Amino acid sequence: MSDALDTAAKPIKKPKRVLPEHFKSYKGVWVFIEHEHGHPHPVSWELLGKGRELADKLGVELAGVLLGGTGGEVAALVKDVGAYGADLCYVARHPVLDDYRNQPYTLGMTELVNTYQPEILLLGATTQGRDLAGSVATTLLTGLTADCTGLDIDPGDRSLLSSRPTFGGSLMCTIVNLATRPQMATVRPRVMPMPARVPDRPLRVVEHALQLDESAIVTKVVDFIPDARADKPQLPFADFIVSGGRGLGKPENFALVESLARTIGAEVGASRPAVHAGWAEVERQVGQSGKTVRPKLYIAAGISGAVQHRVGMEGADVIAGINLDPEAPIFDFANYALIGNVTELLPALEQAFARRLAAARTRRANPAEETV
Amino acid sequence: MHIAVCIKQVPDSAQIRVHPVTNTIMRQGVPTIINPYDLFALEEALRIKDRTAAKVTVLTMGPPQADDALRKCLAFGADEAVLITDKVFSGADTLATSYVLAAALKTLDAREPVDLVFTGKQTIDGDTAQVGPGIATRLGYQLLTYVSKIRELDADSRRILVERRAEGGVQVLESALPAVVTMLEGTNEIRFADMPGMFRAARQEVERWNRDAIGVDLAKVGLKGSPTVVAQVFGPKPKAVKAFRVAGDTPAAMAEAFVDRLFADYPHLEEAMLEHLEQVDRQGAKE
Amino acid sequence: MEKFDVIVVGAGPSGNAAAYTLARAGLSVLQLERGESPGTKNVQGAILYADALEKIIPDFRDSAPLERHVAEQRMWLLDENQSCTGATYRDARFSQEPHNRYTIIRARFDRWFSGKVKDAGALVICETTVTELLRDPAGKVIGVRTERAQGDILADCVILADGANALLGERAGLRPRVKAEDMALAVKEVIFLPRETIESRFNIADTQGVVIEIAGNITHGMVGTGFLYTNRDSLAIGIGCMLADMKRQSLTPCQLLEGLKRHPAVQPLIEGAEMKEYSAHLIPEGGYRALPQLYGEGWLVVGDSAGFVNAVHREGSNLAMTSGRFAAETLIGLRQAGKPFTAANLAAYKRRLDDSFVMADLKKYQGVPELLHDHPHILGTYPRFLGDAAREALTVDGEPKRDKQKRILGELTRKRSVLGLLGDAYRFWRAFR
Ligand SMILES: Cc1cc2nc3c(=O)[nH]c(=O)nc-3n(C[C@H](O)[C@H](O)[C@H](O)COP(=O)(O)OP(=O)(O)OC[C@H]3O[C@@H](n4cnc5c(N)ncnc54)[C@H](O)[C@@H]3O)c2cc1C
Ligand SMILES: Cc1cc2nc3c(=O)[nH]c(=O)nc-3n(C[C@H](O)[C@H](O)[C@H](O)COP(=O)(O)OP(=O)(O)OC[C@H]3O[C@@H](n4cnc5c(N)ncnc54)[C@H](O)[C@@H]3O)c2cc1C
Ligand SMILES: Nc1ncnc2c1ncn2[C@@H]1O[C@H](COP(=O)(O)O)[C@@H](O)[C@H]1O
Repeated sequence: MSDALDTAAKPIKKPKRVLPEHFKSYKGVWVFIEHEHGHPHPVSWELLGKGRELADKLGVELAGVLLGGTGGEVAALVKDVGAYGADLCYVARHPVLDDYRNQPYTLGMTELVNTYQPEILLLGATTQGRDLAGSVATTLLTGLTADCTGLDIDPGDRSLLSSRPTFGGSLMCTIVNLATRPQMATVRPRVMPMPARVPDRPLRVVEHALQLDESAIVTKVVDFIPDARADKPQLPFADFIVSGGRGLGKPENFALVESLARTIGAEVGASRPAVHAGWAEVERQVGQSGKTVRPKLYIAAGISGAVQHRVGMEGADVIAGINLDPEAPIFDFANYALIGNVTELLPALEQAFARRLAAARTRRANPAEETV
Repeated sequence: MHIAVCIKQVPDSAQIRVHPVTNTIMRQGVPTIINPYDLFALEEALRIKDRTAAKVTVLTMGPPQADDALRKCLAFGADEAVLITDKVFSGADTLATSYVLAAALKTLDAREPVDLVFTGKQTIDGDTAQVGPGIATRLGYQLLTYVSKIRELDADSRRILVERRAEGGVQVLESALPAVVTMLEGTNEIRFADMPGMFRAARQEVERWNRDAIGVDLAKVGLKGSPTVVAQVFGPKPKAVKAFRVAGDTPAAMAEAFVDRLFADYPHLEEAMLEHLEQVDRQGAKE
Repeated sequence: MEKFDVIVVGAGPSGNAAAYTLARAGLSVLQLERGESPGTKNVQGAILYADALEKIIPDFRDSAPLERHVAEQRMWLLDENQSCTGATYRDARFSQEPHNRYTIIRARFDRWFSGKVKDAGALVICETTVTELLRDPAGKVIGVRTERAQGDILADCVILADGANALLGERAGLRPRVKAEDMALAVKEVIFLPRETIESRFNIADTQGVVIEIAGNITHGMVGTGFLYTNRDSLAIGIGCMLADMKRQSLTPCQLLEGLKRHPAVQPLIEGAEMKEYSAHLIPEGGYRALPQLYGEGWLVVGDSAGFVNAVHREGSNLAMTSGRFAAETLIGLRQAGKPFTAANLAAYKRRLDDSFVMADLKKYQGVPELLHDHPHILGTYPRFLGDAAREALTVDGEPKRDKQKRILGELTRKRSVLGLLGDAYRFWRAFR
């Protein structure tokens, strides 16, 4: 009863209307710049890329919003905010903001919004972005669209069009907020392309002083245990991915995927059934309820190409599908169709790639031979 | 200690089909389930109950049929169940949903003070992960999202120590009750109800609360209270070009043909792959 | 430990009929169902015969989820040469109220029926599988054991309404194992089509529906039939064959169903539809000769579990509901007379069945399963022949009709001797008499 579900079934005709006058005082596109222990989350840069596009359509400024402690990290990040395309950067520094915590960040963010009144506020759909967005939107009593995969501007009334999967990913829906400002959205990492980094672009910095008091903040960070990077797959940022699905049939066959991946230096991905069957770790699941990836090459082996998988990988530059079934949905959006048995094709591909790469290596090592 | 668990009944989205031509949802016969993420929240609450004899009340805002979902929770071991149901609540987005749930929790709290509220990480139909933060913000409770473990909980000192999934690591947070905890998936496994539990669930009364019971402002609930609206629904767009079908009589021939074609179409891929492999080699050598 | 007057195992049509009737009469009833909710595990075409339900819930039409009333019945013989011969029976009287047969979607129907059972006062518990019957040292059934912890429950009588597999009775040694020869395996798909498309393709209006029963070579010579029913905005299409045949021919039910869906007579009717659910289920088709013991000390068996299916007319749910009602009424009668639920007293249940259409029909068709089994050409040769004959007769090619008829007859007698033909005719007549 309470969700996109019932409304989404019958598309509501968007009422044509003039937006209230007081909306005009809300101007500009904001992107929340997320960082944790000195590491910026790349989704912030992806959002600046998209935000630039939206701001240009609206003819307004694009701003990055940085909250953080008084150490050196924030200063280092400000440069990047400019480099990735923002016109200005709001900075709020306070010792209370050293680590991300919901309460002080919500206080800071809502104060900034109330002071400078942006029309759009974008955050990454990460654990931090979603934690903060929910509280900020509730405090501001404004609408928030979560986990978006597409953003655009309605040329008619200049409102934000946020698209996201619905019904378990089977369909997409576009959500608008005609009632309140700012319009808020969280966006999935790796869905928007990473913009080019242009160092030394001009950037205005607006420092905002926050009155915060540590004794009023209830929750304390006792410890932070960083993920050991080495043993966690970095799927979202891999350039090459070989993924296996239910079509592999048994765990032994999943080894074929791993083997091809090793040969071409790819990360291993998996469809949900392959993860459920225990052939691959949860971190390797690609799709709606797994990771979104944007590799240069994605090889899908024994994966049918269900929408829930597709939304996680269709941003890949090149997609090759291996499937017995010529009618498999994967071929509706793949670039290459290899129709055949995975158990035969995966080893064959491994050989073909190995030969080809070996030849290229020799060529590189002895560039002279080429002219001979 | 009194723990409230918010659960939602959702259509089993694994069984939802979209008509390929008309893009309409075929809901007929789609079974409903308890939002799978909420079961982790419920189980966590029940484990606390097992340890400390806490009282667990489950709440849901939903249509009358959501009664089934609440009864299942009773069978698992929840003590009481409240169905928040009223025609005016329907069509709510997360802002309006958290308003109603917060109002209901206040009502519950007035009857028997609530120390801890659990929600799932997110729902599989709304998928927003916003209702938990929304409830905490409205009630002024501490918010602990994406919790993977409750390390310590002490009702007397009102202290709670949790592990929270953050970006790039795990935050260990110390906080105070009352708090809202949104539970991460995979943290525990819901128990199998015993027969006495099934009997209790079948017989027990599920309380029903409407707008009057929780005293809400009608402008803030349901469709009216929801700033976001769905403007359009559409299916995934087919790519303009169909996949190129790689020919070959044998798997080996097909593989060769593919690799040739791939690198001819995208020469930079070969370069990138080589460079990446060299980098991997270098790293391997270092370790 | 919990104790009830009666425990009903299963929430299909037979169990629901029994539990409803008992609860209305004021007995304390517990119904246990292993499915997530009543109907989730059930597979049926499905045609609902109004009469049996009317006797239990006279005003069921006011609230039951009925898809369409049957306005037209088609019987088709399909052959592998891609032809279809058949008969259509449409009768305006079928569309006059009260209607006699409806298409239903079991999941919905069972849920509705179960709601009625609850309203009548029975305690219904789902997601709970009964694993065995509890018996006292003398062998009397005194309750059930479920798979759940602390799962034993007592009752004065247990009604076995657990469907075709009938595992409970078998495990308790109350009946022999169901034989593969007596079982059909049916597969079914529900496929989605917009309402308007269904109505124009089948030439029907508002709540009218069409039922197509299909025989012929779609079953690859095995004993079995197919069907295609219209729901409101979906179609049910399925095919069933004797389990033993399927094992022998090593054909999977899906292959058969795919064959049926591709047949040129069927394909245009389902064109563009999307599959919604696929399910497979057993049907006890052994008929009268395969009936097990129907009652004993503290127990009764009803519906598919007892083998009450009329395969020829594809009736099952009506026999299930009727037997469920009889079982309940028997218990109610005994309770009112202050008599215990002993085997001797429960024999009254069997007498009620014997005096009703249930046994009468089962007896009438008792020869059919064997006939079809021993003479598979009935489903193979004749459809092919009929198809060929019709094509010959309908092809306008300048050949005199008399010559055509002669050749057709010649063709038939070549495939089957005249004596064989006569024999078939006789057997048919006897079986269906
Ligand atoms: C709410 C929700 C969230 C979901 N989230 C995700 C998600 O994040 N990620 C995800 O992947 N799925 C997700 N799913 C599941 C998704 O709907 C599909 O079920 C899933 O992607 C299918 O996985 P698959 O392609 O491996 O298996 P299948 O669909 O079974 O496909 C297997 C394919 O292998 C082919 N094949 C079989 N044998 C061979 C062979 N020997 N050689 C070559 N090909 C062969 C078959 O033709 C078939 O196309 C989600 C579903 C729901 C409802
Ligand atoms: C494809 C197909 C088409 C059919 N078409 C028609 C038709 O058009 N018209 C018609 O009248 N009949 C039809 N039938 C037959 C009809 O479906 C059955 O005769 C009828 O469902 C029998 O009802 P029942 O209550 O005896 O058994 P079921 O409906 O099978 O119900 C048995 C119930 O018991 C439950 N159960 C089983 N074991 C246990 C246990 N150990 N513990 C707890 N619960 C248990 C099961 O989950 C199930 O819900 C068809 C059957 C099939 C398979
Ligand atoms: N209608 C509702 N009734 C009760 N709890 C809900 C409801 N909607 C959401 N929740 C809770 O909030 C969590 C997050 O939901 P969502 O923001 O929709 O992803 C869920 O896991 C539930 O615990």
